[in-house]
Amino acid sequence: MALTTAPRVRSDALPLRTFKAKGRPSAIFGLGVHAPARVLSNVDLESLMETSDQWITERTGIKRRHIAEPGTTTFSLATEAARKALAAARVKAEEVDAIIVATSSPDGPFPSIACRMQDELGAPGSYAYDILAACTGFVYALEQADSMIASERADTVLVVGAEVLSRMLEYSNEYRHTAVIFGDGAGAAVVRPAPAGAGFKAWCLGGDGRGYAQVTAGNVPLGAYAAKDERPIIDMKGPDVFKFAVDIFIRQAYAIAQEAGISIEDIDLFVPHQANYRIIEAAARRIGLPMERVAVNIEEYGNTSTATIPLALHDAVAAGRVKSGDRVLLAGFGSGLTWGAGLLEWA
Amino acid sequence: MTQELDFKELQNLAAEILGIDPNEVQLDKSFQRDLAADSLDLVELIAAVEDKYDVELSEETLEGMKSIRDLWVFLEEKQKSKAEA
Repeated sequence: MALTTAPRVRSDALPLRTFKAKGRPSAIFGLGVHAPARVLSNVDLESLMETSDQWITERTGIKRRHIAEPGTTTFSLATEAARKALAAARVKAEEVDAIIVATSSPDGPFPSIACRMQDELGAPGSYAYDILAACTGFVYALEQADSMIASERADTVLVVGAEVLSRMLEYSNEYRHTAVIFGDGAGAAVVRPAPAGAGFKAWCLGGDGRGYAQVTAGNVPLGAYAAKDERPIIDMKGPDVFKFAVDIFIRQAYAIAQEAGISIEDIDLFVPHQANYRIIEAAARRIGLPMERVAVNIEEYGNTSTATIPLALHDAVAAGRVKSGDRVLLAGFGSGLTWGAGLLEWA
Repeated sequence: MTQELDFKELQNLAAEILGIDPNEVQLDKSFQRDLAADSLDLVELIAAVEDKYDVELSEETLEGMKSIRDLWVFLEEKQKSKAEA
């Protein structure tokens, strides 16, 4: 039941902000991913809590998730993914002008993961910082990279999404609604000036703080520190998030297509945040995109927050599903609530 | 002019979302017990109903929806108030 006209907007929905890319266009030149070797299957989870492979598969589409060994840092996963992205883009670390790391699971309050990476990779003097926009983080970071390149403040930006979310999960019946969903992993992209005609065309970014309590980790009113919340656990109001997610995917797709002056049929590949297969399927159906044009790899990684979009895009590129000139829609949503989408023509 | 509600249309819509035969969608069928719809199925169905019939269901109304009849009665009432408006 695809929509042929713009979607109906709920009376309580906030307006969307869209932006046409201006200035020097930017594009993605190399992607790299890294996930911990240890795999936790649905069957493995059956021994940790009351659940079943069938239940998890039917409701989420997830079969496995990669889980870091204790002591693994978000920094180490991020750095591995970044090295691979630099190699894929044939860019030396010293050419990097800026490093932006999006993460929902930093190793600590500060220093930033990006600064540790700058030292580890050898990108002296680059502008390095982390951002927090939950699962939308990678799209926000890409948009910042695009802005830097557009305004000629940088020529090479390393954008990373990395997570060790398992530190904030509890494998118990009380928290099984989140424990079965999330996993660990990292993805990185090298963003540089685009060749003629290619690159990012439009963006849609926004947030709705009224929904702050829908996806949380630890005490929100006081904050985890004041509440002496030593190990914040990820919690979620599933049906509310489902409704918001499907709605925002549809609205963003229409808004960004309109801003870029294209129609939905012109989108060759939709790379959605991998939160739940059923969210993706419901959104794609109503947007009017067949699943052949949707990148999905949630069965392998689960929801890795900021890392899902680069992981899914990387796998689609590796499978030969993206060719030069293709129009690719990257779209996410997350805790906050936040949302973001970027439309690019593949270089 | 009031547009008549077509039960067949609702049957087809619910069947598509729930992945079942349209004939299974009958007034007395409970979403959970008879149609094996889970909370996410319901959210999806309601979203589709809101789009198709241009209505909005509040959280309270949604919580009260237990069967196809509840949904049908809700739509009929909405239709009536639209006609009177």
